[in-house]
Amino acid sequence: MNRHAPTRLWSASPLTRLALLVALVLSVWPLYWMVVIASRDTSAASQVPPPFLPGGNLGTNVRRALADESSHLLTGLGNSIVVSGTVTLAVVVISSLAGFAFARLRFAGRTGLLVVVLLTMMVPLQQIGIIPLYIAMVQLNWVNTMQAVILPFLVNGFGIFLMRQYTVQAVPNELIEAARMDGASTWRIYLSVVLPAVRPGIAVLALLTFMQNWNEFLWPLVVLQPDNPTVQVAIRGLSQSNHGQDYSMIFTGTLLSIVPLVVVFAAFGRQIVGGLMEGAVKA
Amino acid sequence: MATTAKVPPRGTLAARADLKASPYLFVSPYFLLFALFGLFPLGFTLWVSLYNWKLAGDKTYVGLHNYRFLLGDDGFWGAVTNTLGMFVMATVPQLVLALLLANALNRRMRGRLALRMGVLLPMVTSVVAVAIVFSQLFSHQYGMINWLLSLLGVDRIDWTAGKLPSWTAISAMVDWRWTGYNAIIYLAAMQTIPSDLYEAAALDGASPRRQFWHITVPQLKPVIVFTVFISTMGGLMLFAEPMMFGDGRLDGGSRGDFQTISLYIVQAFRERNNYGMAAAAAWLLFLLIMIVALVNYLLVNRVRGTK
Repeated sequence: MNRHAPTRLWSASPLTRLALLVALVLSVWPLYWMVVIASRDTSAASQVPPPFLPGGNLGTNVRRALADESSHLLTGLGNSIVVSGTVTLAVVVISSLAGFAFARLRFAGRTGLLVVVLLTMMVPLQQIGIIPLYIAMVQLNWVNTMQAVILPFLVNGFGIFLMRQYTVQAVPNELIEAARMDGASTWRIYLSVVLPAVRPGIAVLALLTFMQNWNEFLWPLVVLQPDNPTVQVAIRGLSQSNHGQDYSMIFTGTLLSIVPLVVVFAAFGRQIVGGLMEGAVKA
Repeated sequence: MATTAKVPPRGTLAARADLKASPYLFVSPYFLLFALFGLFPLGFTLWVSLYNWKLAGDKTYVGLHNYRFLLGDDGFWGAVTNTLGMFVMATVPQLVLALLLANALNRRMRGRLALRMGVLLPMVTSVVAVAIVFSQLFSHQYGMINWLLSLLGVDRIDWTAGKLPSWTAISAMVDWRWTGYNAIIYLAAMQTIPSDLYEAAALDGASPRRQFWHITVPQLKPVIVFTVFISTMGGLMLFAEPMMFGDGRLDGGSRGDFQTISLYIVQAFRERNNYGMAAAAAWLLFLLIMIVALVNYLLVNRVRGTK
């Protein structure tokens, strides 16, 4: 083997290309199938052989799904945008502040506290502590409110970890010392030096946090009531309600539930891939 | 102020207070929230688990009774078996496939970014939606999977009946969603492996396959440990997929074949209104996660040690 190219990458063999094509088809197929069923009439899901091309019924199905009274899909979509948006904003602020402190400020107990963050990153304590959380929400009269599904998810160790790595990489110590010489306070340094420098990291964190919260299911299911759901709870309701086998309508609901994610992914997919890969290497 | 020796001393009290206090102020929001929504519920769960605590709030102290009940309950052990079974069935193929996929993606070819985004697409979909679509694909009468099997001359399978079929279907959902994500993480790590390792191996005549197993995989060890941990957490907390596969119910099929521990907890909590029992089950799940994480860690270390 005589390779002089600076890159060590082999070019892909035909077999590799075929395998990748299969992987790609498998990755896209269930989503394509969702579109096929969502755009046809109710009988489509029980046809043998199954239909393979989209139909022309999408508009009707969308109107039917949104108008369905028992699942409150439209409310669910709106709630999820509010909840995921709020959590994302708060997590970005909390994580960039703490990430900056762990990366570039010196204080007693820094290492110990960072270890705590790393440990909390591993276990979803909110899900283990679901019973007391629910009891607390009942006490506070917060059942069926948005703060009940927002607050527990502000605890996000991964965000701090990610922002710390970005800050270490993007904000050299000299920059901070120079700002201190100019008499800047720590808060001012955060605003004027750190935040602009870690913007790419913030973008990645924001996208991942939004997607993750869009998908939260167990806790909203427990603490919200069917009239005020998040999107995941609403499409579960759609599949539960009297149209048990009306797959074109159910699939339309699932399709609507992923539209915001697909839009985000289409717009920022490159950054998400890049951010995930960068985060992985640093981990 | 030895640690800030490079910074000239500044006189004002405000500046010194800023240096001392700001770091704590900056990390305090997280730790405050963590105490309220992480640590406190975990401790309080332990407390609730020692009571016979029913919905109305009347509670009597029963000591370890809830734990004793659970450890003698076939339903709970069934849920533990199902959770561990699905965890293994989903995680092992998922990570092996992800490694192979990453290796395939790590090639010179056109459209690399499109391919990467394509395999990552499943992760961007919403979890309940995936579960609903897969449940339909696996449905007994009209599901596409059974239709494909019938083309191969295989009889239709009732995927919701029995442990092996239902675990297979649910594992398929999990793997579909997460294989690409893990592959992208492996791919990133592969690109940091020093190329002279491969060049030396190539000079010694090692085939690409040999290089993959003897250089790539050992070099990826830290990342593999990371993904094993993440998959462990996800696998042991599995909830949405088995719930939707069982028509949105908490019982995991008529015989509980795919009821996971999370489903069991929520069933005890919401359908039986038995807070104490649910809390005890939640603590046992927490312990199980710790044990499995430790076993994972030791296993991965061992595998590496024998190389």
